[in-house]
Amino acid sequence: MSKDTQGILWEVFVQSKPGQPHRHCGSVHAHDRELALQNARDVYTRRNEGTNLWVVPSNYIVSSSPEDIGPFFEPANDKIYRHPTFYIIPEGITHM
Amino acid sequence: MANKAALFNYILRLADTNLVLGHRLSEWSGHAPYLEEDIALTNIALDLIGQANSLLIYAAKVEGKGRTEDDLAYMRNEREYYNSLLSEQPNGDFAQTIVRQFLSDNFDVLLYESLSKSTDETLAALAAKGLKEATYHLRHSRAWVERLGDGTEESHNRTQNALNQLWRFTADMFAMNPDDKDLVKAGIATDLEKMQPTWLKNVEQIFVKANLTIPANAWQQSGSREAKHSELLGFLLAEMQHLHRTYPEAKW
Repeated sequence: MSKDTQGILWEVFVQSKPGQPHRHCGSVHAHDRELALQNARDVYTRRNEGTNLWVVPSNYIVSSSPEDIGPFFEPANDKIYRHPTFYIIPEGITHM
Repeated sequence: MANKAALFNYILRLADTNLVLGHRLSEWSGHAPYLEEDIALTNIALDLIGQANSLLIYAAKVEGKGRTEDDLAYMRNEREYYNSLLSEQPNGDFAQTIVRQFLSDNFDVLLYESLSKSTDETLAALAAKGLKEATYHLRHSRAWVERLGDGTEESHNRTQNALNQLWRFTADMFAMNPDDKDLVKAGIATDLEKMQPTWLKNVEQIFVKANLTIPANAWQQSGSREAKHSELLGFLLAEMQHLHRTYPEAKW
């Protein structure tokens, strides 16, 4: 293929139920916002997966790099007091 | 209860148009311009074939001669098919597929809006379900008509050519049988002659926005109400029906 005519890449986020967070589920190609939304609908919600959709141009996603793992994430390993394990969760609370 | 034969024929027209257009779109499967559009077109194809399936089940019941939906889909010849002439037109390039779809989707949305209020409860329920699907189909085809018509010089020319080619089959969608008057009077069928000006206004509005021109004084081809088709339908049915006719008892 001589040139890419599929448009830019968009990241797709699907909300499965009202009140739930939107979860990243993949990406689509499209030339503009409306067709990105339609393509996301067609590719990722064909089997009744969603109640809401977000699409975001992939180049707007700011990502950490693999070499950031040390300074970014490892210092949290020994901070057990940051986990809410010292609280009693009332019955019926599900999404903690 | 209106004339059973008239109702049977009316349901066949709705079913056949969906089935033939759905089959045409399915020919894009694996060949669309890019993956996302491939899935979009086959989704629409499946919606249309699903609508045809439900309608043919109902048609078979109305006819009451023990035929099934498969008998109606696979064992009728082209002179027994009542699909619109527009639906059997070839896919051509992507612009031609999109313009055909856009003309048809606008028709379906108005038809289903009206039929969802039909006094025939089965037709009303099927139309209410079909309306949601058709509303999305129209959103998709309209988006492409606007982008292709008002896009590059090449996309504009191809889309205008498609419109010039296909416009002659649009009046046929609105043709009515003498029996239809009774069905309309009974509140079962939609008065297509009354629907046509709204359809024209809706498509014209988008064509103007997309920098496209409806051909003036174009000659109109008709015939689908008498099951008279172009030679294209025979080839389409041959492909669609040959498996069932070769192995009538075949199961998935």
